[in-house]
Amino acid sequence: MTGSEQKNQMPSRLQYEYRKKKSAEEMRMQLITFALMIFLTIIAFLAVAYNDVIPTKFVVPFILLLASIQVIFQFYYFMHANHKGHSMPMFFMYSAIFTALIMILAMVTIVWW
Amino acid sequence: MNLLEQRYTPQTWPENPERVTLEGKNKFIGFWLFLGGETVLFASLFATFLALRDLEVARELFDMKLVFLMTVILLTSSLTSVYAIYHMKNYQFQKMQLWFFITVLLGASFLALEIYEFYHYVHEYGFGFKTSAFSSSYYTLVGTHGAHVAFGLGWITALLIRNAKRGLNLYNAPKYYTASLYWHFIDVVWVFIFTVVYLMGMVG
Repeated sequence: MTGSEQKNQMPSRLQYEYRKKKSAEEMRMQLITFALMIFLTIIAFLAVAYNDVIPTKFVVPFILLLASIQVIFQFYYFMHANHKGHSMPMFFMYSAIFTALIMILAMVTIVWW
Repeated sequence: MNLLEQRYTPQTWPENPERVTLEGKNKFIGFWLFLGGETVLFASLFATFLALRDLEVARELFDMKLVFLMTVILLTSSLTSVYAIYHMKNYQFQKMQLWFFITVLLGASFLALEIYEFYHYVHEYGFGFKTSAFSSSYYTLVGTHGAHVAFGLGWITALLIRNAKRGLNLYNAPKYYTASLYWHFIDVVWVFIFTVVYLMGMVG
């Protein structure tokens, strides 16, 4: 092996080390995300369990907010939407969520008539 | 060279193996589009459920402990599939297979609990599919999610068996990746089911 080839291998080995460290770091973030998701779940269940002291008008929007936060975690961390090259997938998802909200709004309000 | 014949080492394995080949790129973008469609499908079922639900029946029916257990199991299975993809990106085939296998086990126990739940409602409460508009919309929504879980279990199991002797390559990496996206999406839907159907069914 010539000297120049050895030189070329160095950066790729370093790159590999860097990548491994980066993905280990990301995995640590995933664990934190998971802990937060479990925490949000417990809070939501507790809010409903103590419904006799916390008014329903507060509990319902509160648990919906917690669910939305969990879904954002799921998309951006567990499904890697925070990585490069996810603008099209996220465009699909946000369009779908927009359609979903309109549909739910329509169906929930149509029963009033 | 044929993708199946190409051998890699952790050093030469690409950073995003699921999006190296054209087929992988197409699967990736196509699968996200499919998930967008699934979002709208579930939204229609949620909308129907919200329009037809009967809170008095719901309060009598739902059991918080069982739902909490199911939620924790499914959330954990979402984390184990994250681990599987982490090992896929590090080119550790056996570890990836193991974590996907754990995901399947957790998914199967979730499904078993759901079957128990439905059986319990039908036999103890006489709450069948045709009992009321509320029961139909409930079983359609939660049942469609359960069917997705069952399909996901079959899908991941098939991948595990088919690729057991093949090892990891750029041909099957996108297959594993889309399966994991699907599994996370199932979890996303469940987050809204436990919030909208069960928790909102127990308040007030």
